[in-house]
Amino acid sequence: MSEVIHADHHDDHAHGPAKGLKRWLFTTNHKDIGTLYLWFSFAMFLVGGVLALVIRAELFQPGLQFVQPEFFNQMTTNHGLIMVFGAIMPAFVGLANWLIPMQVGAPDMALPRMNNLSFWILPFAFGMMISTLFMEGGGPNFGWTFYAPLSTTYAPPSVTYFIFAVHLMGASSIMGSINIIATILNMRAPGMTLMKMPMFVWTWLITAYLLIAVMPVLAGAVTMMLFDIHFDTSFFNAAGGGDPVMFQHIFWFFGHPEVYIMILPAFGIVSHIIPAFARKRLFGYTSMVYAVASIAFLSFIVWAHHMFTVGMPLAGQLFFMYSTMLIAVPTGVKVFNWIATMWRGSMTFETPMLFAIAFVVLFTMGGFSGLMLAITPVDYQYHDTYFVVAHFHYVLVPGALFSIIAAVYFWFPKWTGKMYDETLGKIHFWLSFVGVNVTFFPQHFSGLAGMPRRIPDYPLQFADFNMISSVGAFIFGLSQVFFLYVIIKAIRSGQPAADRSWEGAKGLEWTLPSPAPYHSFTHPPAVKDEEVLG
Amino acid sequence: MANSAEVDKSIYYVPDSGWYPVFLAFGLMLMVTGLAGWLNDVSAGGTGDATQSTVGFAIVALVLYFWFAKVVEENTAGLNNESLKRSYVWGMGWFIFSEVMFFAAFFGALFYVRAFVVPWLGGEGDKGITNYLWPTFEAAWPVVQNPDPELFVNPVQSMAAPGVTDVSAWGAYLPFYNTVILLSSSVTVHFAHDAIKAQNRNKLIGWLGLTVLLGAIFLVLQVAEYVHAYNDLGLTLGSGIYGSTFFILTGFHGFHVTLGTFMLLIQLFRALKGHFSENDCFGFEASSWYWHFVDVVWVGLFIFVYVV
Repeated sequence: MSEVIHADHHDDHAHGPAKGLKRWLFTTNHKDIGTLYLWFSFAMFLVGGVLALVIRAELFQPGLQFVQPEFFNQMTTNHGLIMVFGAIMPAFVGLANWLIPMQVGAPDMALPRMNNLSFWILPFAFGMMISTLFMEGGGPNFGWTFYAPLSTTYAPPSVTYFIFAVHLMGASSIMGSINIIATILNMRAPGMTLMKMPMFVWTWLITAYLLIAVMPVLAGAVTMMLFDIHFDTSFFNAAGGGDPVMFQHIFWFFGHPEVYIMILPAFGIVSHIIPAFARKRLFGYTSMVYAVASIAFLSFIVWAHHMFTVGMPLAGQLFFMYSTMLIAVPTGVKVFNWIATMWRGSMTFETPMLFAIAFVVLFTMGGFSGLMLAITPVDYQYHDTYFVVAHFHYVLVPGALFSIIAAVYFWFPKWTGKMYDETLGKIHFWLSFVGVNVTFFPQHFSGLAGMPRRIPDYPLQFADFNMISSVGAFIFGLSQVFFLYVIIKAIRSGQPAADRSWEGAKGLEWTLPSPAPYHSFTHPPAVKDEEVLG
Repeated sequence: MANSAEVDKSIYYVPDSGWYPVFLAFGLMLMVTGLAGWLNDVSAGGTGDATQSTVGFAIVALVLYFWFAKVVEENTAGLNNESLKRSYVWGMGWFIFSEVMFFAAFFGALFYVRAFVVPWLGGEGDKGITNYLWPTFEAAWPVVQNPDPELFVNPVQSMAAPGVTDVSAWGAYLPFYNTVILLSSSVTVHFAHDAIKAQNRNKLIGWLGLTVLLGAIFLVLQVAEYVHAYNDLGLTLGSGIYGSTFFILTGFHGFHVTLGTFMLLIQLFRALKGHFSENDCFGFEASSWYWHFVDVVWVGLFIFVYVV
């Protein structure tokens, strides 16, 4: 079969994509759109990173050094919003665009024009959101969770632009997810049964379902905000019979599945990379699938653990505490399976593998601090402290972000036909690994000692931890600029990569030439057992 | 363009690149930024300027017209294979699911307010201490006495349905008629589908036309109801949580009925042009699913907003 594909694609080179700017504006090709998503998310990652460095520069020493509290609030808010909606999510969608058609043996996504629309909404939406920083009264300053009444009664006028930007991002995510689901359910090569699907495809199928289920709820929440602000309704105002806490319930009904939206595809990526470099089959494929499905189900019934201190009835607190702890079970299954995959494998430690192993270790640490936070009575101590900041940065940075970086290194040869410089990749890894831990590990301590989040100033007792944290943040930030250098160098002058760029890598994408042809599979390929992950 | 020259089109669908999506995204951005500027201006006491949002909306509408026309044209030309048709089915199904979840947010707000917020504010239940805020507030649904009537003016009367046994009152109760109209329209659109399957174009046009008419009547009555609420009952968006939930739920439902009626109207034009065969009528089917969906939402609304 692979010879047939080869023969086909020699003709393809004559017809490549359109030239110039039009190629990117008008494209319906999953690879072009995936590339757009990835570069866009990297640009947003740098913007969000600069905001983070403003925060860390301010917090380097106690007292106000560089920015005013009002501006500091805009920095924390926009850092969170840009990283969640602009960096992590679009990066995963970009990877989905690049990989899912290749992994299921299709030429493209199921609905290519809508795919282009999903992408092009994003630059406009983020243009809107970032422009609020320059508006009168400043940008969003109410935290990325935009709790009412901070985001309604006390919000700057630019909140209206923010609300519509969220609507647009939601529309983009929903269309992207519909496309992904249609591709996966409808375009798999003959013989690729559901339980033979690559893990990345599985995790994205479930992620897309979560997105379609919760992005409209977010749209509903911001719509109610809009009505409270401009049309005198009282959804989040107790004086009219509403309730600000209700905003938190609705927001976190979206927000908790949302945090799994940002980690499930990471699980999929790691489940590809670890078997490839351990040169073994993925241990417990079936249990991996069921674990992801269980996590997705549980994500709908744990939301109020974000709001233990708002004054919920005891029954509610107990329910949300236990349901949250249950998540540790399927997550533990996954961590166990990754370790069992490595057990007695013929391991090598190329850059993607280093990031994947760091993912397993550091994500698990983030998971453990999550378990601590799940315990209602102790959460009263941790709530809104830097311990929470440390927790979710451990699952998002060495979790979601490391998996994205690992995926870029892992599939880069397939995308470009070129190999990155392994030494530079390893330097990037070690800088990131040290940077991330120096930044976030001390925040556990300052949080446990009682330092609240989202403040520009703090008592002297937290000075040392904050100074260490700020140094780490700058190391980490600069090492991501180095990442950009590694990637650009590889694109310009990387060594040619083999079709199966990693000897242990499995999956239909590795049966294609490197770089993969513009339309991945022009005819349905045969799905052979040796290419199946589990 | 030869992008897709080698792809086996009987199996896969790979459209040429096109300008619609990026223009649609641009139009959307223009529309919502214009709308945001307009709203902010009005809230700040200005007169507001709708020019930009109107231009944006016009771009969105035009692009959608060209885009859908292109899809219909490709289908008529036989370019759409079985796989793409299945993708459309999945796409529409999941889109409707996302709409269900959009309404779930508002229904969730309604249930949370009725089950927890109002009783707590009135001093009942686990968090009844909230009553401390407005000690004179008494929990009741519909809320016609707001906790702070100075901020949120009390409505004179709610839209709640009359007692079950009060037959004469039901005869004058507008939402009851709207329920009958919308439920009937779900049946007529089903008959229209049967007519396609039976290849009877006249029947299709008749039943579909009747469905569109029923949708339009529903909307007219809904407007009449709003006028009645604002003018006679003093029930507005600003009259506390009852008005808020009432108008946001019925309002977004009405907006979806408008969309659905419009979709069916387009299918009616297509039917008049001779489109649709018993095996190829997805445009119609998708619109009819959407119509059944708004119908089901209305049933939920009628029960939980008006009756219970």
